[in-house]
Amino acid sequence: MNKTIPDLATAVSAIGDAAVVMIGGFGGSGAPIELIHALIDRFRATGHPKGLTVVNNNAGNGHIGLAALIEAGMVKKLICSFPRSADPVVFTQAYLAGEIELELVPQGTLAERIRAGGAGIPAFYTPSSFGTDLAVGKPVEVFEGRSYVQERWLKADFALIKADLGDTMGNLTYRAAGRNFNPLMCMAAKVAIVQVSRIVAAGQIDPEAVITPGIFVQGLVEVREPQQEELLNRSGAVYA
Amino acid sequence: MSDKLSNAQIAWRAAQDIEDGAYVNLGIGFPEMVAKFQPPGREAIFHTENGILNFGEAPAAGQEDWDLINAGKKAVTLKPGAAFFHHADSFAMVRGGHLDVAILGAYQVAENGDLANWSTGPKGVPAVGGAMDLVHGAKRVAVITEHVTKDGKPKLLDRCTLPLTGVACVTRVYTSLAVIDIDAGRFVLREKLAAISIEALQALTGAKLHLQGAVTDLIVPEV
Repeated sequence: MNKTIPDLATAVSAIGDAAVVMIGGFGGSGAPIELIHALIDRFRATGHPKGLTVVNNNAGNGHIGLAALIEAGMVKKLICSFPRSADPVVFTQAYLAGEIELELVPQGTLAERIRAGGAGIPAFYTPSSFGTDLAVGKPVEVFEGRSYVQERWLKADFALIKADLGDTMGNLTYRAAGRNFNPLMCMAAKVAIVQVSRIVAAGQIDPEAVITPGIFVQGLVEVREPQQEELLNRSGAVYA
Repeated sequence: MSDKLSNAQIAWRAAQDIEDGAYVNLGIGFPEMVAKFQPPGREAIFHTENGILNFGEAPAAGQEDWDLINAGKKAVTLKPGAAFFHHADSFAMVRGGHLDVAILGAYQVAENGDLANWSTGPKGVPAVGGAMDLVHGAKRVAVITEHVTKDGKPKLLDRCTLPLTGVACVTRVYTSLAVIDIDAGRFVLREKLAAISIEALQALTGAKLHLQGAVTDLIVPEV
Protein backbone atom coordinates (compact mmCIF):
# COMPACT_ATOMS: atom_id res chain seq x y z
CA MET A 1 0.00 0.00 0.00
CA ASN A 2 1.23 3.48 -0.86
CA LYS A 3 -1.11 6.49 -0.54
CA THR A 4 1.47 8.99 -1.75
CA ILE A 5 0.32 11.47 -4.40
CA PRO A 6 3.13 12.94 -6.54
CA ASP A 7 2.11 16.61 -6.50
CA LEU A 8 -0.41 19.14 -5.21
CA ALA A 9 -2.24 19.53 -8.54
CA THR A 10 -2.95 15.80 -8.68
CA ALA A 11 -3.96 15.82 -5.02
CA VAL A 12 -6.88 18.21 -5.62
CA SER A 13 -7.82 17.05 -9.13
CA ALA A 14 -10.90 15.01 -8.14
CA ILE A 15 -12.74 17.77 -6.23
CA GLY A 16 -15.81 18.61 -8.29
CA ASP A 17 -18.32 21.45 -8.48
CA ALA A 18 -20.68 21.73 -5.47
CA ALA A 19 -18.54 19.39 -3.35
CA VAL A 20 -18.61 19.67 0.43
CA VAL A 21 -15.00 20.30 1.47
CA MET A 22 -13.75 20.33 5.04
CA ILE A 23 -10.60 22.39 5.48
CA GLY A 24 -8.52 21.75 8.60
CA GLY A 25 -6.90 24.36 10.79
CA PHE A 26 -7.82 26.88 13.46
CA GLY A 27 -6.91 30.26 12.04
CA GLY A 28 -3.52 29.60 10.47
CA SER A 29 -2.52 26.84 12.89
CA GLY A 30 -2.72 23.54 11.03
CA ALA A 31 -4.17 25.18 7.89
CA PRO A 32 -3.30 23.43 4.58
CA ILE A 33 -2.39 26.59 2.67
CA GLU A 34 -0.64 24.78 -0.22
CA LEU A 35 -3.57 22.43 -0.88
CA ILE A 36 -5.99 25.37 -0.88
CA HIS A 37 -3.79 27.30 -3.29
CA ALA A 38 -3.55 24.25 -5.56
CA LEU A 39 -7.35 24.15 -5.67
CA ILE A 40 -7.43 27.86 -6.60
CA ASP A 41 -4.85 27.20 -9.35
CA ARG A 42 -7.14 24.53 -10.80
CA PHE A 43 -10.13 26.88 -10.72
CA ARG A 44 -8.13 29.58 -12.49
CA ALA A 45 -7.05 27.12 -15.20
CA THR A 46 -10.33 25.23 -15.70
CA GLY A 47 -13.19 27.16 -14.05
CA HIS A 48 -13.67 24.25 -11.61
CA PRO A 49 -14.44 23.45 -8.90
CA LYS A 50 -17.04 26.08 -8.02
CA GLY A 51 -20.13 26.25 -5.82
CA LEU A 52 -18.25 24.60 -2.94
CA THR A 53 -19.59 24.22 0.57
CA VAL A 54 -16.62 24.70 2.89
CA VAL A 55 -16.40 23.65 6.54
CA ASN A 56 -13.75 25.43 8.62
CA ASN A 57 -13.66 27.03 12.07
CA ASN A 58 -13.07 30.46 10.56
CA ALA A 59 -13.59 32.33 7.31
CA GLY A 60 -10.08 33.20 6.26
CA ASN A 61 -7.67 35.99 7.09
CA GLY A 62 -6.17 38.45 4.60
CA HIS A 63 -6.03 37.37 0.96
CA ILE A 64 -4.46 33.92 1.13
CA GLY A 65 -5.63 30.39 1.94
CA LEU A 66 -9.35 30.13 2.67
CA ALA A 67 -9.81 33.89 2.19
CA ALA A 68 -8.33 33.57 -1.31
CA LEU A 69 -10.64 30.62 -2.05
CA ILE A 70 -13.61 32.82 -1.15
CA GLU A 71 -12.16 35.80 -3.02
CA ALA A 72 -11.82 33.65 -6.16
CA GLY A 73 -15.60 33.08 -6.02
CA MET A 74 -15.39 29.31 -5.51
CA VAL A 75 -17.39 29.09 -2.26
CA LYS A 76 -21.19 29.10 -2.19
CA LYS A 77 -21.63 28.32 1.49
CA LEU A 78 -19.47 28.38 4.60
CA ILE A 79 -20.14 26.35 7.75
CA CYS A 80 -18.07 27.82 10.58
CA SER A 81 -18.07 29.07 14.17
CA PHE A 82 -16.14 32.32 13.99
CA PRO A 83 -16.05 34.19 10.66
CA ARG A 84 -13.84 36.94 12.03
CA SER A 85 -10.08 37.39 12.00
CA ALA A 86 -7.43 40.09 12.07
CA ASP A 87 -8.32 40.88 8.43
CA PRO A 88 -11.73 39.37 7.58
CA VAL A 89 -12.46 41.75 4.67
CA VAL A 90 -12.94 39.06 1.99
CA PHE A 91 -15.61 37.05 3.79
CA THR A 92 -17.24 40.14 5.29
CA GLN A 93 -17.73 41.79 1.91
CA ALA A 94 -18.99 38.59 0.26
CA TYR A 95 -21.41 37.97 3.14
CA LEU A 96 -22.79 41.51 3.31
CA ALA A 97 -23.20 41.48 -0.51
CA GLY A 98 -25.24 38.26 -0.22
CA GLU A 99 -22.71 36.33 -2.32
CA ILE A 100 -21.99 33.64 0.28
CA GLU A 101 -24.24 31.71 2.62
CA LEU A 102 -23.22 31.26 6.28
CA GLU A 103 -24.20 28.48 8.68
CA LEU A 104 -22.97 29.58 12.10
CA VAL A 105 -22.27 26.71 14.52
CA PRO A 106 -20.89 26.88 18.08
CA GLN A 107 -17.27 25.73 17.98
CA GLY A 108 -17.68 22.65 20.16
CA THR A 109 -20.83 21.66 18.31
CA LEU A 110 -18.98 22.03 15.02
CA ALA A 111 -16.23 19.71 16.27
CA GLU A 112 -18.70 17.16 17.59
CA ARG A 113 -20.84 17.23 14.41
CA ILE A 114 -17.71 16.45 12.40
CA ARG A 115 -16.65 13.72 14.84
CA ALA A 116 -20.17 12.25 14.69
CA GLY A 117 -20.05 12.30 10.90
CA GLY A 118 -16.85 10.30 10.96
CA ALA A 119 -18.13 7.95 13.67
CA GLY A 120 -21.46 7.03 12.06
CA ILE A 121 -23.60 8.84 14.64
CA PRO A 122 -26.37 10.73 12.81
CA ALA A 123 -27.40 12.98 15.71
CA PHE A 124 -26.53 13.77 19.30
CA TYR A 125 -27.64 16.09 22.12
CA THR A 126 -25.55 18.94 23.51
CA PRO A 127 -26.20 21.61 26.14
CA SER A 128 -24.52 24.20 23.90
CA SER A 129 -26.85 26.79 22.37
CA PHE A 130 -29.92 25.71 24.39
CA GLY A 131 -32.22 28.70 24.78
CA THR A 132 -30.32 30.79 22.21
CA ASP A 133 -30.97 31.97 18.65
CA LEU A 134 -28.74 29.18 17.32
CA ALA A 135 -31.08 26.49 18.69
CA VAL A 136 -34.20 27.79 16.94
CA GLY A 137 -36.03 24.99 15.12
CA LYS A 138 -33.90 22.22 16.61
CA PRO A 139 -35.40 19.42 18.73
CA VAL A 140 -34.81 19.76 22.48
CA GLU A 141 -34.93 16.95 25.01
CA VAL A 142 -34.55 16.86 28.79
CA PHE A 143 -32.04 14.45 30.31
CA GLU A 144 -31.62 14.25 34.09
CA GLY A 145 -33.50 17.51 34.48
CA ARG A 146 -31.44 19.53 32.01
CA SER A 147 -32.31 20.60 28.45
CA TYR A 148 -30.20 19.58 25.47
CA VAL A 149 -30.33 20.49 21.78
CA GLN A 150 -30.25 17.88 19.05
CA GLU A 151 -27.51 18.40 16.48
CA ARG A 152 -26.85 16.45 13.28
CA TRP A 153 -23.67 14.90 11.98
CA LEU A 154 -21.58 16.70 9.39
CA LYS A 155 -19.92 14.80 6.58
CA ALA A 156 -17.90 15.85 3.55
CA ASP A 157 -16.90 14.68 0.11
CA PHE A 158 -13.33 15.80 0.66
CA ALA A 159 -11.12 17.07 3.47
CA LEU A 160 -8.00 19.15 2.95
CA ILE A 161 -5.73 18.48 5.91
CA LYS A 162 -2.33 19.57 7.21
CA ALA A 163 -0.27 17.15 9.26
CA ASP A 164 3.41 16.88 10.16
CA LEU A 165 4.66 13.36 9.45
CA GLY A 166 2.80 10.87 7.31
CA ASP A 167 3.83 7.37 6.41
CA THR A 168 2.97 5.74 3.09
CA MET A 169 -0.02 4.01 4.72
CA GLY A 170 -1.50 7.36 5.77
CA ASN A 171 -0.71 7.28 9.48
CA LEU A 172 -0.28 10.86 10.69
CA THR A 173 1.25 12.98 13.41
CA TYR A 174 0.61 16.70 13.87
CA ARG A 175 2.51 19.75 15.12
CA ALA A 176 1.52 21.46 18.38
CA ALA A 177 -1.97 23.00 18.34
CA GLY A 178 -2.06 22.46 14.55
CA ARG A 179 -3.93 19.26 15.33
CA ASN A 180 -7.26 21.03 16.11
CA PHE A 181 -9.95 19.95 13.60
CA ASN A 182 -7.63 17.93 11.35
CA PRO A 183 -8.03 14.41 12.84
CA LEU A 184 -11.82 14.84 13.00
CA MET A 185 -12.09 15.98 9.40
CA CYS A 186 -9.99 13.04 8.20
CA MET A 187 -12.68 10.81 9.71
CA ALA A 188 -15.68 12.71 8.34
CA ALA A 189 -14.67 12.99 4.68
CA LYS A 190 -15.04 10.31 2.01
CA VAL A 191 -11.65 11.40 0.69
CA ALA A 192 -9.13 12.97 3.09
CA ILE A 193 -6.20 14.56 1.27
CA VAL A 194 -3.32 15.42 3.57
CA GLN A 195 -0.29 17.63 3.06
CA VAL A 196 2.56 16.56 5.31
CA SER A 197 5.99 18.05 5.88
CA ARG A 198 7.58 14.67 5.32
CA ILE A 199 6.45 11.31 3.97
CA VAL A 200 8.24 8.37 5.56
CA ALA A 201 8.17 4.64 4.96
CA ALA A 202 5.66 2.47 6.79
CA GLY A 203 7.16 1.58 10.15
CA GLN A 204 8.97 4.90 10.55
CA ILE A 205 6.26 6.36 12.78
CA ASP A 206 6.01 4.68 16.19
CA PRO A 207 2.48 3.21 16.37
CA GLU A 208 2.25 4.71 19.88
CA ALA A 209 2.70 8.17 18.34
CA VAL A 210 0.15 7.89 15.54
CA ILE A 211 -2.66 10.42 16.01
CA THR A 212 -4.68 9.71 12.86
CA PRO A 213 -4.60 6.05 11.80
CA GLY A 214 -4.19 5.59 8.05
CA ILE A 215 -7.67 4.11 7.56
CA PHE A 216 -9.00 7.69 7.70
CA VAL A 217 -6.59 8.97 5.02
CA GLN A 218 -6.91 8.48 1.27
CA GLY A 219 -3.99 10.50 -0.09
CA LEU A 220 -0.79 12.21 1.08
CA VAL A 221 1.30 14.83 -0.64
CA GLU A 222 4.61 16.11 0.68
CA VAL A 223 5.05 19.86 1.22
CA ARG A 224 8.50 20.19 2.73
CA GLU A 225 8.36 23.69 4.16
CA PRO A 226 4.71 24.61 4.50
CA GLN A 227 3.75 28.26 4.69
CA GLN A 228 2.10 29.78 7.75
CA GLU A 229 -0.90 32.05 7.27
CA GLU A 230 0.26 34.46 9.98
CA LEU A 231 3.66 35.02 8.36
CA LEU A 232 2.17 35.35 4.86
CA ASN A 233 -0.25 37.98 6.11
CA ARG A 234 2.47 39.89 7.94
CA SER A 235 4.36 40.09 4.64
CA GLY A 236 1.21 41.38 2.90
CA ALA A 237 0.90 38.30 0.68
CA VAL A 238 -2.03 38.05 -1.75
CA TYR A 239 -2.79 34.81 -3.57
CA ALA A 240 -4.03 36.09 -6.88
CA MET B 1 -8.45 53.61 45.65
CA SER B 2 -10.58 55.28 43.01
CA ASP B 3 -14.37 55.00 42.82
CA LYS B 4 -14.22 51.86 40.72
CA LEU B 5 -11.83 49.03 39.94
CA SER B 6 -9.75 48.98 36.77
CA ASN B 7 -9.99 45.97 34.46
CA ALA B 8 -6.70 44.68 35.89
CA GLN B 9 -8.12 44.97 39.42
CA ILE B 10 -11.29 43.09 38.47
CA ALA B 11 -9.07 40.38 36.96
CA TRP B 12 -6.96 40.34 40.15
CA ARG B 13 -10.04 39.80 42.31
CA ALA B 14 -11.28 36.95 40.11
CA ALA B 15 -7.84 35.31 40.25
CA GLN B 16 -7.97 35.12 44.07
CA ASP B 17 -10.80 32.57 43.85
CA ILE B 18 -8.89 30.16 41.60
CA GLU B 19 -7.53 27.28 43.64
CA ASP B 20 -4.17 25.63 43.29
CA GLY B 21 -4.33 22.95 40.60
CA ALA B 22 -7.60 24.17 39.10
CA TYR B 23 -8.25 23.62 35.38
CA VAL B 24 -9.28 26.99 34.01
CA ASN B 25 -10.49 28.41 30.71
CA LEU B 26 -10.19 32.17 30.28
CA GLY B 27 -12.26 33.78 27.52
CA ILE B 28 -10.58 35.74 24.75
CA GLY B 29 -9.64 39.36 25.56
CA PHE B 30 -10.19 40.87 29.01
CA PRO B 31 -10.47 37.51 30.86
CA GLU B 32 -6.98 36.51 29.63
CA MET B 33 -5.67 39.08 32.15
CA VAL B 34 -6.70 36.85 35.06
CA ALA B 35 -3.71 34.56 34.38
CA LYS B 36 -1.31 37.35 35.39
CA PHE B 37 -2.69 37.58 38.93
CA GLN B 38 -2.43 34.04 40.25
CA PRO B 39 -1.66 34.26 43.97
CA PRO B 40 1.86 33.16 44.94
CA GLY B 41 2.10 29.45 45.66
CA ARG B 42 -0.85 28.56 43.48
CA GLU B 43 -0.65 27.22 39.98
CA ALA B 44 -3.69 26.83 37.76
CA ILE B 45 -3.62 24.82 34.55
CA PHE B 46 -4.99 26.86 31.68
CA HIS B 47 -7.03 25.27 28.89
CA THR B 48 -7.41 26.82 25.47
CA GLU B 49 -10.21 25.37 23.40
CA ASN B 50 -8.17 25.05 20.21
CA GLY B 51 -6.28 22.22 21.89
CA ILE B 52 -3.71 22.93 24.62
CA LEU B 53 -3.63 22.31 28.37
CA ASN B 54 -1.02 24.15 30.45
CA PHE B 55 0.08 26.86 28.08
CA GLY B 56 2.09 29.81 29.32
CA GLU B 57 2.85 33.37 28.37
CA ALA B 58 3.51 34.81 24.93
CA PRO B 59 6.97 34.15 23.49
CA ALA B 60 9.37 37.01 22.72
CA ALA B 61 8.76 38.73 19.39
CA GLY B 62 10.39 36.72 16.63
CA GLN B 63 10.18 33.49 18.66
CA GLU B 64 6.57 32.69 17.73
CA ASP B 65 5.57 29.27 16.47
CA TRP B 66 2.30 29.93 14.60
CA ASP B 67 1.10 26.37 15.11
CA LEU B 68 1.31 27.08 18.86
CA ILE B 69 -1.47 29.59 19.46
CA ASN B 70 -4.38 30.12 21.84
CA ALA B 71 -8.06 30.57 21.08
CA GLY B 72 -7.45 34.28 20.49
CA LYS B 73 -4.92 33.22 17.82
CA LYS B 74 -2.07 34.72 19.81
CA ALA B 75 1.25 32.86 19.99
CA VAL B 76 1.83 31.14 23.35
CA THR B 77 4.46 28.95 25.02
CA LEU B 78 4.14 25.65 26.88
CA LYS B 79 4.71 24.88 30.54
CA PRO B 80 6.11 21.55 31.75
CA GLY B 81 3.29 19.02 31.65
CA ALA B 82 1.47 20.57 28.70
CA ALA B 83 -0.68 18.45 26.39
CA PHE B 84 -2.15 18.78 22.90
CA PHE B 85 -5.48 17.31 21.80
CA HIS B 86 -7.99 17.66 18.98
CA HIS B 87 -11.12 19.80 19.06
CA ALA B 88 -13.58 17.08 20.01
CA ASP B 89 -11.48 16.16 23.05
CA SER B 90 -11.08 19.83 23.88
CA PHE B 91 -14.81 20.43 24.00
CA ALA B 92 -15.32 17.16 25.86
CA MET B 93 -13.20 18.80 28.57
CA VAL B 94 -15.55 21.79 28.43
CA ARG B 95 -19.01 20.22 28.24
CA GLY B 96 -18.08 17.08 30.14
CA GLY B 97 -17.67 18.93 33.43
CA HIS B 98 -13.89 18.53 33.61
CA LEU B 99 -12.96 22.21 33.88
CA ASP B 100 -13.11 23.76 37.34
CA VAL B 101 -13.59 27.36 36.27
CA ALA B 102 -14.45 29.33 33.14
CA ILE B 103 -14.08 33.10 33.31
CA LEU B 104 -15.82 35.06 30.59
CA GLY B 105 -16.65 38.61 29.60
CA ALA B 106 -20.24 39.82 29.32
CA TYR B 107 -22.47 42.35 27.64
CA GLN B 108 -25.27 41.47 30.07
CA VAL B 109 -25.94 39.03 32.93
CA ALA B 110 -29.41 38.29 34.29
CA GLU B 111 -30.32 37.46 37.87
CA ASN B 112 -31.14 33.86 36.89
CA GLY B 113 -27.62 33.44 35.49
CA ASP B 114 -28.44 34.01 31.80
CA LEU B 115 -25.45 35.40 29.92
CA ALA B 116 -25.31 37.54 26.77
CA ASN B 117 -21.76 37.92 25.48
CA TRP B 118 -21.65 36.95 21.79
CA SER B 119 -23.86 39.28 19.78
CA THR B 120 -24.99 42.89 20.03
CA GLY B 121 -27.76 42.34 17.50
CA PRO B 122 -28.46 41.46 13.88
CA LYS B 123 -26.05 43.92 12.23
CA GLY B 124 -22.85 42.78 10.52
CA VAL B 125 -21.35 39.29 10.47
CA PRO B 126 -22.44 37.00 13.33
CA ALA B 127 -19.64 35.05 15.08
CA VAL B 128 -19.99 32.77 18.10
CA GLY B 129 -16.79 30.74 18.43
CA GLY B 130 -16.71 28.67 21.61
CA ALA B 131 -18.80 31.04 23.76
CA MET B 132 -21.93 28.85 23.79
CA ASP B 133 -19.92 25.76 24.73
CA LEU B 134 -17.80 27.38 27.44
CA VAL B 135 -20.85 28.41 29.48
CA HIS B 136 -21.77 24.74 29.95
CA GLY B 137 -19.83 22.20 31.92
CA ALA B 138 -17.30 24.13 33.98
CA LYS B 139 -18.02 23.69 37.70
CA ARG B 140 -17.98 27.48 38.11
CA VAL B 141 -18.80 29.93 35.31
CA ALA B 142 -17.73 33.39 36.41
CA VAL B 143 -18.06 36.70 34.61
CA ILE B 144 -15.78 39.71 34.86
CA THR B 145 -17.25 43.00 33.71
CA GLU B 146 -17.72 46.70 34.27
CA HIS B 147 -20.74 47.15 36.52
CA VAL B 148 -22.45 49.40 33.95
CA THR B 149 -22.08 50.09 30.21
CA LYS B 150 -19.99 52.98 28.86
CA ASP B 151 -23.12 55.15 28.85
CA GLY B 152 -24.01 54.20 32.41
CA LYS B 153 -26.73 51.60 31.81
CA PRO B 154 -26.88 48.49 34.02
CA LYS B 155 -25.27 45.30 32.69
CA LEU B 156 -26.73 43.24 35.53
CA LEU B 157 -30.40 42.90 34.72
CA ASP B 158 -33.56 41.04 35.64
CA ARG B 159 -33.54 39.77 32.07
CA CYS B 160 -31.01 40.04 29.23
CA THR B 161 -32.19 42.06 26.24
CA LEU B 162 -29.34 40.99 23.91
CA PRO B 163 -29.14 37.53 22.26
CA LEU B 164 -28.30 34.90 24.86
CA THR B 165 -25.09 32.87 24.96
CA GLY B 166 -26.47 30.50 27.57
CA VAL B 167 -29.36 30.07 30.00
CA ALA B 168 -28.88 30.07 33.79
CA CYS B 169 -25.15 29.37 33.47
CA VAL B 170 -23.32 32.10 35.41
CA THR B 171 -22.51 31.44 39.08
CA ARG B 172 -20.56 34.57 40.10
CA VAL B 173 -20.00 38.07 38.72
CA TYR B 174 -16.93 40.21 39.46
CA THR B 175 -17.66 43.81 38.53
CA SER B 176 -15.85 47.12 38.83
CA LEU B 177 -17.88 47.76 42.01
CA ALA B 178 -18.86 44.46 43.59
CA VAL B 179 -18.74 40.67 43.78
CA ILE B 180 -22.17 39.15 43.29
CA ASP B 181 -23.23 35.51 43.38
CA ILE B 182 -26.13 34.07 41.46
CA ASP B 183 -28.07 31.88 43.83
CA ALA B 184 -31.54 30.41 43.24
CA GLY B 185 -32.34 32.95 40.50
CA ARG B 186 -31.25 35.99 42.52
CA PHE B 187 -28.29 38.33 42.67
CA VAL B 188 -26.71 37.97 46.13
CA LEU B 189 -24.29 40.75 47.06
CA ARG B 190 -21.10 39.39 48.68
CA GLU B 191 -18.58 42.23 48.44
CA LYS B 192 -18.67 45.89 47.43
CA LEU B 193 -16.26 48.79 47.37
CA ALA B 194 -16.36 50.58 50.71
CA ALA B 195 -16.84 53.90 48.92
CA ILE B 196 -20.24 52.98 47.50
CA SER B 197 -23.40 52.47 49.53
CA ILE B 198 -25.68 49.50 48.97
CA GLU B 199 -28.37 51.97 47.83
CA ALA B 200 -26.07 53.57 45.25
CA LEU B 201 -24.98 50.13 44.01
CA GLN B 202 -28.61 49.06 43.74
CA ALA B 203 -29.35 52.15 41.62
CA LEU B 204 -26.68 50.99 39.12
CA THR B 205 -28.05 47.43 39.00
CA GLY B 206 -31.01 46.37 36.88
CA ALA B 207 -32.36 43.76 39.29
CA LYS B 208 -32.71 43.45 43.04
CA LEU B 209 -29.52 42.85 45.03
CA HIS B 210 -30.27 40.40 47.81
CA LEU B 211 -28.41 40.37 51.09
CA GLN B 212 -27.63 37.01 52.63
CA GLY B 213 -25.12 37.19 55.43
CA ALA B 214 -22.48 39.87 55.71
CA VAL B 215 -21.45 42.09 52.78
CA THR B 216 -17.71 42.56 53.06
CA ASP B 217 -15.53 45.31 51.62
CA LEU B 218 -14.10 44.60 48.17
CA ILE B 219 -10.42 45.35 48.75
CA VAL B 220 -8.06 45.14 45.78
CA PRO B 221 -4.46 46.43 45.61
CA GLU B 222 -3.22 48.78 42.91
CA VAL B 223 -2.03 46.44 40.16
